[in-house]
Amino acid sequence: MEKIRYFDHAATTSTKEEVLKEMIPYFTLNYGNASSIYSIGRKSKKAVEDSRDKIAKAINADSKEIYFTACGSESDNLAIKGVAYANKERGNHIITTKIEHPAVLNTCKKLETQGFIVTYLNVNEDGLISLKELEEAITDKTILISIMFANNEIGTIQPIKEIGEIAKTHKIYFHTDAVQAIGNIRIDVKELNIDLLSMSAHKFYGPKGMGALYVKTGIKFEKIQDGGHQERNKRAGTENVAGIVGIGKAIELAYENFDEYNEKLTELRDYYISQVEEKIPYIKINGHRQKRLPGNANISFKFIEGEGLLLNLDMKGICASSGSACTSGSLDPSHVLLAIGLPHEIAHGSLRITFGDDNTKEDVDFLVNTLVEVVERLRNMSPLYEDFIKNR
Amino acid sequence: MYSEKVVDHFTNPRNVGEIENADGIGQVGNPVCGDIMKIYLKIENNIITDVRFKTFGCGAAIATSSMATELIKGKTVEEALELSNKAVIEALEGLPPVKVHCSVLAEEAVKSAILDYYKKIGKDTTQLEKICKQGCCSCAHGHDNIEE
Repeated sequence: MEKIRYFDHAATTSTKEEVLKEMIPYFTLNYGNASSIYSIGRKSKKAVEDSRDKIAKAINADSKEIYFTACGSESDNLAIKGVAYANKERGNHIITTKIEHPAVLNTCKKLETQGFIVTYLNVNEDGLISLKELEEAITDKTILISIMFANNEIGTIQPIKEIGEIAKTHKIYFHTDAVQAIGNIRIDVKELNIDLLSMSAHKFYGPKGMGALYVKTGIKFEKIQDGGHQERNKRAGTENVAGIVGIGKAIELAYENFDEYNEKLTELRDYYISQVEEKIPYIKINGHRQKRLPGNANISFKFIEGEGLLLNLDMKGICASSGSACTSGSLDPSHVLLAIGLPHEIAHGSLRITFGDDNTKEDVDFLVNTLVEVVERLRNMSPLYEDFIKNR
Repeated sequence: MYSEKVVDHFTNPRNVGEIENADGIGQVGNPVCGDIMKIYLKIENNIITDVRFKTFGCGAAIATSSMATELIKGKTVEEALELSNKAVIEALEGLPPVKVHCSVLAEEAVKSAILDYYKKIGKDTTQLEKICKQGCCSCAHGHDNIEE
């Protein structure tokens, strides 16, 4: 068995030992229900509130503005549906983008079947929205703007502060899916005029099955899961105390080490991109060159298809992901790559590498050397490459 | 997940390459769908003496191309025309349902190459063209066929 080299940190990260260590007692010793009145219940309640404080502190919010959920997708659902349902007297128009995560896109599509109207903003070839197009899309019926902080596939970071200002000027709520951004970009919700923000613990070395939503005080939103009165009656269900402890510890650790981690990822990313540019011809780097997540590199290798690439890399112990149709499980390649204007055949050949804590420069060398071999092998097998060489 | 046979043919594909002055060349699929197969045939005395392929596509596309070439090598042209996508799937010990179209593409690539061969030797192709219109540019993904 080859040594596993993991370059898919945007898919998920491992739970850090320190995080797990803090979580374990809440499965075994302090298993009390946070709503119970006796001592082990109160201990659980305190752990929940301590975690809430940590998350609030990280994004410069108040603790009472943080709601725990089961994942990033639930946070997006609660934010968008919650605001839409609670504000439908004010209007029925929502603005989002074509490159959102399915958790936002499919939530908006659902709302379209319920009488809401959704504008999906275009992005340019770097994956950036146009602020002018955003302003022009606003109507007197617009109640919510939902634009992701940073894209999960191509890493492009949107002009969040400017979007926040536009939303504020027009008195429209602004939600951002920051699932990929938290732990990678410092976020101050007050400075950026963010009204709602989604996050997910397993993207920053916390446990899977744990998300959080920030909702600014005073914003009207409706709960979407009925039941008990947990989370100040906004999200029913017994608190996942261990998970909540985990997300709190994970965010605390991320902020302890923020600049160092960022620097490391940026270095690995830039080294990887420059090595690929130097050693492999006929590539396209997807996403904005500067305004991008520190750990994200998305490159299309022309004339080959992504799934074949991933299978070959997997044989060498390399974990990565692609935007090809075969790996997305759908009919088309990634909607993000099509939205930035890539032709289908180039979108099919994309490879997303996302770096993390456990990667080293040696890992990058191994990755690049493997890629050189594999890309050449697949190109030699490709009729598209054959045509290209003959017609050159 | 892929069978061991598929992985084997994907990892070590048989008969990759081109044949100069091939007697028949067939290309099917299109880049929009993400798979293109091109098959080259060398035919002597009605026997397929050599066959090569080039494929742009996923692991299953490469494995089905490889298997199809193995199955028709040494066979008569008529026997090769009988090759079905089912036979390719069976020989590969199964394919995931979403990858069945790759085996269809492999079958069509073979037929398309034979059609080209028939045209070259001036054989009547009406029957074959019925099965294999437009060079078999099919796409199980449901996109519209794209002309070159």
